[in-house]
Amino acid sequence: MTATGDSLTTPVVELRSISKRFGDVLANDGVNLSLWGGEVHGVLGENGAGKTTLMRILYGLSAPDEGEIHVDGAPANIASPKGAIDAGIGMVTQHFALVKPMTVTENIILGRTGGRILDPARAKSLVENASERFGIDVDPDRRLVDLSVGEQQRVEILKALYRDCRVLILDEPTAVLTPQEIRTLFATLDKLRASGMAIVFISHKLPEVMELTDRVTVLRHGKVVHTTETDEVDAAGLASWMVGRPAEALQPRLGVESGEKVLEVSDLSANGRLGLPALSGVDFDVASGEILGVAGVSGNGQTELAEVLSGMRKPTAGSIMANGAEIAGRNPNQVVAAGVGRIPEDRHEALVGDMSVANNLMLEHLEEVGKGFVLDRDRIRANALDLIDRFSIKAGPDDLVKTLSGGNIQKVLLARVLVREPRVIVVSQPTRGLDIGATAYVRSELLAMRQKGAAIVLMSEDLDELLQLSDRLIVLYDGRIAGRVNAPEADRDQLGLLMAGHTEVA
Amino acid sequence: MEHWRRGATTAGLIVLGTFVITAPFIMLAGANPFAAYVEFLISPLTSRFSAQEVLVSSIPLILTGVSVALAFRAGYWNIGAEGQLLMGAVAGAAVGMLAGNQSRFLVLPAVVLAGAAAGALWALVPALLRVRLGIDEVVTTLLLNPVALLVVMALLNGPWADPETGFPESERIAESAQFPILIPRSRLHLGFLIGLAIAALVWFVLSRTVAGLRVRAVGSGPNAARFAGISVGRTLLTVALTSGAIAGIAGASEVSGIQYRLTSGLSAGFGYTGIVVATLGALAMPTVVLAALLLADLNVGAGSAGRVLGVPSQLGDVIEATVLLVTVGVLAYRRYHHKVREPVVDDASGEGALAEVVEVDTS
Repeated sequence: MTATGDSLTTPVVELRSISKRFGDVLANDGVNLSLWGGEVHGVLGENGAGKTTLMRILYGLSAPDEGEIHVDGAPANIASPKGAIDAGIGMVTQHFALVKPMTVTENIILGRTGGRILDPARAKSLVENASERFGIDVDPDRRLVDLSVGEQQRVEILKALYRDCRVLILDEPTAVLTPQEIRTLFATLDKLRASGMAIVFISHKLPEVMELTDRVTVLRHGKVVHTTETDEVDAAGLASWMVGRPAEALQPRLGVESGEKVLEVSDLSANGRLGLPALSGVDFDVASGEILGVAGVSGNGQTELAEVLSGMRKPTAGSIMANGAEIAGRNPNQVVAAGVGRIPEDRHEALVGDMSVANNLMLEHLEEVGKGFVLDRDRIRANALDLIDRFSIKAGPDDLVKTLSGGNIQKVLLARVLVREPRVIVVSQPTRGLDIGATAYVRSELLAMRQKGAAIVLMSEDLDELLQLSDRLIVLYDGRIAGRVNAPEADRDQLGLLMAGHTEVA
Repeated sequence: MEHWRRGATTAGLIVLGTFVITAPFIMLAGANPFAAYVEFLISPLTSRFSAQEVLVSSIPLILTGVSVALAFRAGYWNIGAEGQLLMGAVAGAAVGMLAGNQSRFLVLPAVVLAGAAAGALWALVPALLRVRLGIDEVVTTLLLNPVALLVVMALLNGPWADPETGFPESERIAESAQFPILIPRSRLHLGFLIGLAIAALVWFVLSRTVAGLRVRAVGSGPNAARFAGISVGRTLLTVALTSGAIAGIAGASEVSGIQYRLTSGLSAGFGYTGIVVATLGALAMPTVVLAALLLADLNVGAGSAGRVLGVPSQLGDVIEATVLLVTVGVLAYRRYHHKVREPVVDDASGEGALAEVVEVDTS
C-alpha cells in the first residue's frame, strides 16, 4: 500500500505505447495512458475501439505485443490477474466473478484467506472494517443470491479494495444498474477518489462520463484520439471524437424513386436483456428503395430494435407492419416468411460455426430441401456453389463456417439473405471487424438492394457508414427517437448533440 | 467423414492411455500386462462361443450408446438412459406376461413398442422441465434413475413377485414374447438386429434428413438455429423422447432376449455404460456401435481373464472405469486444445472473452 513515488509527480500506473494485434486487426496501436491517484479517468470508445483489450492488458489477462506498464514510475511485469492484484490493480467487470451460494464475507476473503484455518468471526470483522473504512455498505452475512445487482457490484468493488487496490477498473459499471443504484455508485466513487484512489471508468454513456470523470481518453480503431480534462470538452465533442471525422469522399449514390411504405413501425416498446425498458414508443416507416439509418451511441436501444424487428425479441407494445403483415412478436420463421431479410450484429448468432457453408446457406429455408423426409443434398450443394460464385465467397461448400475469415462469414450471411431479394432488410453493424475490401463489398451490396427497391433499416455505430448509405436517419437515445434527420442535410455536430441526448436542437 | 476420422484418433489415444495407466495394476495383481490385455481383448474373439457372447453383451450397449449419442448430438444431456431402460423393461415384461398364446408376430412388435413408449414416457418430464422452464436435464434425468429402480423393486416385491417361490422376480414371460435366437445353440437374440437397425436408422436420420439437420443445428449452434427459424424447444423435446424410447427398447430387449422375466438386476448399469459408449464413439453412430463392441469384448474378456490368469475379474471394472476417465480426459483435452487454437477474439473488442476468462480465473 506504500506508494514509493511522489503521487503529485508520478502517475500510479502508466501505460506506454501499448500495441496488441489480433490477426489483421490492431486492437491497440501505441496507446499511452496515465492514471493518477485521486482521479476518475473515463475511457470512451465504440465497440471494437480497443478499450477492453487495453484493460485486459492492464489486468494481466492478455500480454501486449509492444509497450510496457509502469507502476509508481517503475516498469512492472503484469503477467496474470494475480500480478495485477499484487501491483494494486483491481477490476470489476460487467459479469461479476462472485460465488452465488456463498456469503458476502466468504466471497470477499476468497483467495485471501491468509492461512489454512478459516476463522469465520475474524473474517467477518475484517470485512466489516473494510466496509466501514471505504464507506461501502454491505451486510457480511447475506448470501450473494439474495442481493440485487447493485449490491453485488458493491461486493465486487469491496473485494477489489479489500485486496489493497489503488487502481480500480470499472468496465461499464452502470450498464446493469437502475438510476438509483447509479447514484449510490457515484457517491461511492466520489469517496474513493477523495481517498486518493485512481479509478478507470469505461462507459458508452456520455452524460455519466461528463458528470463523474476528471479526465477522459477517447479511443478509436485502437488509437488514442484525445486525452483531455473533462471540463474542456462537451458531450457532443466526445461523441464526434468517438465516431470520427469523415475520412474520405463519399461515393455518389444513384437516386432512386422511393416508393410505397413497406415497413411501418409504430409505438414500439421492448425490454432489454435484463428486463429493463430498452425501447419506448419508437415509430418510423421505411419506403421501398430507401435506407433508414439508425444512429446512436451503442446501448441506447439499437440492439433491441434489431432483435425485435428480426423476431428474436418480443416487444412489450406496438406494431410492426412488413409488406402489410403484422410481425411484432412473431417468431423468426414467420418474420422471414413475411419477406424480411435479417443480418444481425453478431454474425455468430446467425450461423452455426460447426456446420458447413452449404448447410448454413439453406438453414432459413429447410422446408425447401426435403425430398419428402430425405435431405436433398444435391440441391443444397448446387445452391451453395451458385451463391459462392455470385457473392465471391472464398470457401468451398463443405468448409465449416468457423474456419472462414470474418469477411467471408459475412458474405455467407449476406448471400443467404440477399439471394431471396427480401422487400425489407434489417441489418446491424454490417461491416464491423471487416477489412476495407470486404467493407466496400458489403456496402455496395446494400446499395444494390436499395436500387432494386428494398426497404432497409441500417443500424451502425459507424457514422460515416450511416451518412454514406442512408437516405434518412433517426437517432436513438435512451430507447427513444431523439431526432430525425435527412441524410443529405445531416450535420455531424447536430448528430453528436442528438446522440448525447439533446432532443430537437435549435 | 470428419466424425469418423476424429473418432478413430480419439479411440486410439484412449486405448493407449488406458493401457499405460492400468498396466501397473495388472502387474500388482501378478500378471504380465500384455498377456492380460490379450486375454481381455483378443481371446474373447478366438472362440466361437465367447465371440457370440461378445455380441450378446453388446446389445444393450449399442442401444443405450445410440440413445445417449443422439441426445448429446442435440445438446440434450440425457444421463437417464438407465432409468428409461428399466421402465422399458417393466413395460416389455408386462406385455410379455399378458401375451398368452397370441401370435409372435403380434406380440414381439408390441413388446418393442411398449418398451419404447415407457422409455419415452420416463424421459418426458425432464424434457418438459428443460424446454418449458429451463431446468437442467443433467440433474433431473440422473435423479430419475434410482426412482426407476425403486419402481422395479416395488413391483417385484409386491404385485409381480413370483407367485410360486415369492422371490422378487416376475413370472416368466410367454414364449411368444421371447426374442428368437439368431444362431442356434447361442444366446444371440433378435435384439442384436434391432440394435443395429436402430443405429443405422439414427445415423440415416441425422445425416440424411431435414429433421436430422435441424437436430445437428440445434446441437452445434442453438442461437443460430433459433435465428434461422428452427424451433429449438420442439427439437429438443423430440430428441429427448426418441432417446428415451431407444433406451426403453434396450430394457425390453434384455427382458425378451436374455432374462425372460423382470428382475431387479437385469441392467448392469447399461444406461451409464451407454454414456461411455457414446463418448468413446465420438457421438457418431458407426463408431458408437464399434465402441459398444469394444466394451462388450472387454466385459467378456474380464470374466475369462480372471479364470485364466488368476487376476481378480474386477480388473475388468478397473479397466472400464479407466477407459471412461481417459475418454473424458482425452475429449476435454481435445476440446480445450481446439479452443486455444481458435482466435481469442474475432473483432478487436473481445468483450465476451474477457468476461469468460475473468470468471474462470477467480471462481
